[in-house]
Amino acid sequence: MLNLLLIIPAIGALGILLLPHKKSNLIRNLSLVVSLITFILSLTLLFQFDSQISQMQFIEDKIWFEVGPVSVHYHIGIDGLSLFLVLLTTFLFPISILASWHIKTNISSYMSLLLLLEMGIIGVFISLDLILFYVFWEVTLIPMYFLIGIWGGKQRIYATVKFFIYTMASSLLMLAAIIPLYFLNPSKSFNLIEITNKLVNGEIILSPSVEILLFLAFFLAFAVKIPLFPLHTWLPDAHVEAPTAGSVILAGVLLKMGTYGLLRFCIPLFPKASLTLAPIISILAIIGIIYGSLIAMVQPDMKKLVAYSSISHLGFVVLGIFSFNLISIEGATYQMLNHGLSTCALFLMIGMIYDRRHTHLIEDFGGLAQVIPRYAALFMFFALSSIGLPGLNGFVGEFLILQGTFLENPGHAAFAALGIILSAIYMLWMYQRVFMGKVHHEQNRLLSDISTREIIILVPIVIMILWMGIYPGPFLRKMDSSLQLVVDRIEQSRESESYRVELIGN
Amino acid sequence: MEINYLVLSAEIILSLTGIAIVISTVYPFKNKEKLLGYVALLGISLALFSVTNNWNQNGEAFSQMIFQDNFGTFCKALFLLSSATIICVSIPYLRKAQLPPGEFFSLLIFSTIGMSLMVSSSDLIMTFLGLELLSISTYVLAGYNEQKRKSNESAIKYFILGAFSTAFLLYGIAFIYGITGSTKYLKIAEVISNFQTVPLPLLLGLGLLIVGFGFKAALAPFQVWTPDVYEGAPIPITAHLAVGSKVAAFVAFARILYQLAPDLSLYWQSILWISAVLTMMIGNIAALTQTNIKRMLAYSSIAHAGYLLVGLISHSQLGIQSLLFYLVAYALMTLGTLAIIQVLGRQNESNVDIQDYTGLSHRQPFLSATLSIFLISLAGIPITGGFVGKLFLFSAAIESQLYGLVVIALIASAIGLYYYLRIIVLMYMKTTKNLEIPIDIPVPVRFVITVMVAGTLYLGILPNTLLQLAWKAVSF
Repeated sequence: MLNLLLIIPAIGALGILLLPHKKSNLIRNLSLVVSLITFILSLTLLFQFDSQISQMQFIEDKIWFEVGPVSVHYHIGIDGLSLFLVLLTTFLFPISILASWHIKTNISSYMSLLLLLEMGIIGVFISLDLILFYVFWEVTLIPMYFLIGIWGGKQRIYATVKFFIYTMASSLLMLAAIIPLYFLNPSKSFNLIEITNKLVNGEIILSPSVEILLFLAFFLAFAVKIPLFPLHTWLPDAHVEAPTAGSVILAGVLLKMGTYGLLRFCIPLFPKASLTLAPIISILAIIGIIYGSLIAMVQPDMKKLVAYSSISHLGFVVLGIFSFNLISIEGATYQMLNHGLSTCALFLMIGMIYDRRHTHLIEDFGGLAQVIPRYAALFMFFALSSIGLPGLNGFVGEFLILQGTFLENPGHAAFAALGIILSAIYMLWMYQRVFMGKVHHEQNRLLSDISTREIIILVPIVIMILWMGIYPGPFLRKMDSSLQLVVDRIEQSRESESYRVELIGN
Repeated sequence: MEINYLVLSAEIILSLTGIAIVISTVYPFKNKEKLLGYVALLGISLALFSVTNNWNQNGEAFSQMIFQDNFGTFCKALFLLSSATIICVSIPYLRKAQLPPGEFFSLLIFSTIGMSLMVSSSDLIMTFLGLELLSISTYVLAGYNEQKRKSNESAIKYFILGAFSTAFLLYGIAFIYGITGSTKYLKIAEVISNFQTVPLPLLLGLGLLIVGFGFKAALAPFQVWTPDVYEGAPIPITAHLAVGSKVAAFVAFARILYQLAPDLSLYWQSILWISAVLTMMIGNIAALTQTNIKRMLAYSSIAHAGYLLVGLISHSQLGIQSLLFYLVAYALMTLGTLAIIQVLGRQNESNVDIQDYTGLSHRQPFLSATLSIFLISLAGIPITGGFVGKLFLFSAAIESQLYGLVVIALIASAIGLYYYLRIIVLMYMKTTKNLEIPIDIPVPVRFVITVMVAGTLYLGILPNTLLQLAWKAVSF
């Protein structure tokens, strides 16, 4: 079952390359169909998923390559955490393919890179073998690199090289931490579940300094991806220069690979190091929340504004994860999905206006609500979702994160709450300058309102935002037991006496 | 004294082919390069057939001058395939450059014999003979394009420095013989294991051997000749030097270190540790600043020699196995890259400036897509053979607890990303108004490129078969 989620996009990507380049309509439709099939298949996962089980489900485990002491497995499976991230991925890909309908140059490479990217991202979320995970992690990098570099804006080369070097250099560090874990494991395997269990049982013992080093190597790779302040500088460039579908995927799922990595790898593998470093990381997250909002406020460019708002939102997620209780971690996971939906929708809408006016500078607009009222109304809806208006999805996630954080550390929660106020300021101020007032630029009077294709793209997101805002229960219930495992892992090492003794001893 | 010709059947077939080609040069055939090329390919295929028959059959011949084991068989097969590839790309090259094919192919085959002898030798004298056979053939081949100054410069530089390094090697052999009283690997190892304290002249001999092989394998600080020689030599010969000659030096070196001097590992590990760090850093940093693609690849091949050293230093079965796997992956991607550069260079090897690759994807979609795959593999990114190779090299080093070396190797690979990517950026993300006449890619070259791409991806996605073979090939 899970195999198909990897195989179908891969076959689609190859098949599209083999089609004649001139038949661009066929290529578009085919890639849409491939991504829709993947989405429907992933929906069946949702129904077959058993939310009572906290362990991995739909497991596949085969030997990929094995020689001498080294064996790497094709080992995949999902739990409550990855289920929704897989669904978010398969949900956003048909949308971004639809949003790329107007792409003309080299359409077959474009679509095939998008499908390859889809395979890579799904692979990241479902792999349970450390090397397999690393392979998929890197595989996502190459299509994104080309998508930004070939179909991006004016500064695309600078942006894409920066993106690539940042992520690649940090993930090499992760590789450097994966291999020692393997040799520390007495039964010699890269199996994540096995290594985690052995760490719990004490069959693998990491000395505190080794644990912190390994934690940092993993953490840096994820922190660049998230991106956590002060490693965020690649993000605004990449977002602004990427084509719309690129920004959508980047903000929607690629950044979540980082926060997912924290929950799946950093905390379960290195709980003591996580506890030790949590205060520093939380403070970085809070700086990210406030700094991201403040920078977003002064951006003259809508796309850049949304990009900086991502830094702020992802700061919330990291804060929630490193508050280590079920409420905040659940909120963080929920917020990953929310951010995926609302930020994507904003990027899509900015892309639509860019297709018409070829600019996303705020000062080039004004009074758009009079000219294109339906567009303005939808934009308002997504902006409110991003701010976290009660009744929409953003509220649930942010509320849970703040509640959970407050239980652990009220001070952190107080500072983080500032971010919500700031987000209302920058979003509404931007909305006011773009949509309210008089029409300053004559060419804006000629703008056409939103088209049917664009409505088809946006309506599914609207439905999801409302559903997740009004009735979050089914989502949270499915995550519960898997996230409880993460929390248990932390609690267990918090209580372990030996650890305290070591701390005092040091 | 036991003479076992079967062990040397591949070398005998190759010699006969080489001699036949030399004799045939006096006859005026039409389409000579094609005909002689096919003859050479036929000889190589026969030799390959006889080599693969020797798999899993161990033995020795010529009173312990020659080993026959899976390690040798594996490497010989790699040499033969690499030489066959080079012959394929040379056929159109020689026609366009209007160079005489007879001597070219025969020298190429003689150098292949030299490589085979080096890897299967179990005696320092035999190793030296193999090395000389390889070197002298390649000195001539490097200057084969006698009309071009750069080619002559390349040959002279290669010859003078090579002759020096051979002298070092011979001097080292003399020291080792003087101390141990033998030139046979296993005998020497036995004598060394009986020493209470290691005598200084023996270490001196080992050091001189390292200098000699370091030169052939282009390890820092003996790498200085590489960029000039690679730049000036005809492109198929650049490929031959970067792949065949370098691989031969590495595997012969590995055999000497592991079979002759396992008890001295403490010494050579620390010397090579420094050399590996220097090689990786110099290779990668110097490659950053190159504007000529052949020079850039020369530095990149130096950097790869550094990664290979990491496997060698690990001094374990996993280390040698990863070395062998990486050598295959390295051969595939380097041969593929150079074949593409050759096609783009046309008759007179123009278009070797990196700027000439600007906007290539619009003009040559096939070449730029395949070149990107090779560059991605050279940079060590999944799903290519380069990644799996590096993964194993670094795993071997971590198994042997060489953490510092792995960290340095990772930093070096991170630096390397930049210059490989730069070419992809130029090909895909920049446009140029320079509209050239489309190049028609000769069939043998297109075949070579396709096979190399398929191989690179195959090793990245399904590496198991080759990994198992390489594991079985490590017999010491």
